[in-house]
Amino acid sequence: MSVEQTDQNVGVGAETYGGVRTEQLWRVRLKLLWNSLRSSWAIFSENPIGMIGLVIIFIFGLMALSHPILMATVWDAATYDPIVGFDYTIDSHPSAPSAAHLLGTDPIGRDVLSQLLYSTSSEFGLGIVAALVTVTIGTSIGAVAAFYGGVIDSVLMRLADLVIMIPSLPLLIVLGAFFELNLLMLAFVIGILSGFGGVTVIIKSQALTIKVKPFIEAARVAGGSDFHIIFTHIVPNLLPLAFLYMMFTVTTAIFSEAVLSFFGLMNIRMSWGIMINLAQSEGYLLRGFEFWWLLFPASIAITLLCAAFYLVGRALDEVVNPRLRKR
Amino acid sequence: MTRFLGRRLIQMLITFLIFQALLYFLLELQPGDFADQFYGNPNITPAARQVLVEDYGLDRPPVERFFLYIFNFWRGNLGISWSEFPRPVGEIIAERLPRTVFLFLSATLVSFWLGFVSGKVLAWNRDTVGEYVATVLGVGLYTVFTPWFALMMILIFGATLGIFPLGKFLNVREWLALGRAYTANQVFGTIILTATLLVAAIIAIGIVTRKMAPVQRNKIRLPGYAAAVGLFLIYWLVIQGPIAGGQDPMLPYARQITWHLILPVLTVTLISYAGTMLLMRNSMLETLSEDYIETAKAKGLPETMIRDKHAARNALLPVVTSLVYGIAFAINGGIVTETIFSWAGLGLTILGAAQEQDIPLAMGTLLIIGGVALVAHLVADILYAYLDPRIRY
Repeated sequence: MSVEQTDQNVGVGAETYGGVRTEQLWRVRLKLLWNSLRSSWAIFSENPIGMIGLVIIFIFGLMALSHPILMATVWDAATYDPIVGFDYTIDSHPSAPSAAHLLGTDPIGRDVLSQLLYSTSSEFGLGIVAALVTVTIGTSIGAVAAFYGGVIDSVLMRLADLVIMIPSLPLLIVLGAFFELNLLMLAFVIGILSGFGGVTVIIKSQALTIKVKPFIEAARVAGGSDFHIIFTHIVPNLLPLAFLYMMFTVTTAIFSEAVLSFFGLMNIRMSWGIMINLAQSEGYLLRGFEFWWLLFPASIAITLLCAAFYLVGRALDEVVNPRLRKR
Repeated sequence: MTRFLGRRLIQMLITFLIFQALLYFLLELQPGDFADQFYGNPNITPAARQVLVEDYGLDRPPVERFFLYIFNFWRGNLGISWSEFPRPVGEIIAERLPRTVFLFLSATLVSFWLGFVSGKVLAWNRDTVGEYVATVLGVGLYTVFTPWFALMMILIFGATLGIFPLGKFLNVREWLALGRAYTANQVFGTIILTATLLVAAIIAIGIVTRKMAPVQRNKIRLPGYAAAVGLFLIYWLVIQGPIAGGQDPMLPYARQITWHLILPVLTVTLISYAGTMLLMRNSMLETLSEDYIETAKAKGLPETMIRDKHAARNALLPVVTSLVYGIAFAINGGIVTETIFSWAGLGLTILGAAQEQDIPLAMGTLLIIGGVALVAHLVADILYAYLDPRIRY
């Protein structure tokens, strides 16, 4: 209790209270968090696969940052705009890579590199929103199902079974065709689908093991409400696992967006999938090796970013699940 | 087991009904009315429109309409396709379902077996250069942008090397040049039937001889397999082939379909192979750290025996569990592959229906795909109970 009481003192950091040297609660928590992060990082950084993933994500982050900078400095807006740009100095589009257009131009005269860089940030945004939605839904539902058990548990788990079994892509195709999906809506749909499905089941099984720990009993004895116990004692302990599944959700989200855009079912103006869609609708796909810059940059970007998040997820798996580590 | 099956079947039915209800109301919610699109469709004559309006109960409230739809669905009436008017949705799906199921089944079976074997070997050889390369390749294959991958398969094997056709279920010109003795589905049905019989015979021989002593087993197994394959070849080469000199041998037709079939099946197999392989590798790594593996090594058992009999069999269980996820993954991969190859199965149908705003066809196809996934899930559960003696229903 002495730790809590020092909160009343206005001073920052270490305090002497009743002869005992104490620290403020937030400092203790921060220190614990820092320590656990550092030990997790030590395990994570031993894993070359995870580090490769992290480096790729970092490079894509730089790419996302570079687009507005390039647009403001080197590239002039009329020629290099990813959506409405057109290069009048070139006779026929698509044109092969040149000094002016490092990755060539697409069939309607826009710079491929500019499109590639421009789309990166929206892919990140999509992935992050979908992952956040997944984790929010997955942890709360998993914790609630594990905490209450009984009918609530059965209903939620049967719902999860349903969501797991339904193949997501045909459902997304139908949704994409009948509703005008934009990026945010797609992020929410994917987040909800994966949040209610497999992630919930795994997080619930983890929550079951936490529910029987002594500190939950202690919280209950201290008079904590159900809500308080679930959200301040169970959920924080689920977060490492949830973080792991965030990575896999990002992969799913980016992949789904690309496939839907490729099919022309998304209501957005530019993305990697749309770049390939344009190559297809203009009839350049089967000459893919000849016009490689229309097909390869976007495809490789999608593959690499998906792979990077997947690899980071796998490396995190070893952090969360000690049984996978090398002995 | 019977009770378990009965309970699971009822559960499946309820799940399917919930899926159906959710889907129905989701499509009712869409911008624009279910009925509006009907009235605006120029393909539908006033008389036909009147029949459809009564069929769908478009003049009635949504809830009543919903029950009408469910009732019609279970009587086998899925409505009439708008984009391929006036073909009934049921007929279109019945034509294309076998193709998708075949693609999905053959790819899943082959990739599961390959994934099992290679995952096992990879985990056993942990920390070798080969393992790293194979794992990275596996991750690449697992996360590759599927449309691009399918396209690369066409570009390499179809466009550049010219070994396989560029897509489609068959080449219409060549098909018609053969004469019109059979429809595509007759031939495809025969292919499926004979292939299923072949696989069933091989599995049956394997199961029957499983408990025998190795020496005796091989005496029965090898001739048995040879006989099964022989019968298959005799049927196609002699009875349906040019040798017997029958009226209209089916072999050239079958050749045409098989030739178009190989590349899509290969693509879906590779796509779903990586997932199984990576999972098997992980599961095997966990199993290898168990004490009983140490014990087996201490006993001086041969390495391959420890790997195949002690470790791999236990490592297989979580992989079978995840087959459920794998099913959805394979179906997704199959849909992408079908669309890239223009291979007229359910995946291409659902995309076409969605793009043409053909609600009855899209809904019917999606329901049937969901049904296929449900059945596959049930099979995976039964397989799991069979493999794991601790689970008895």
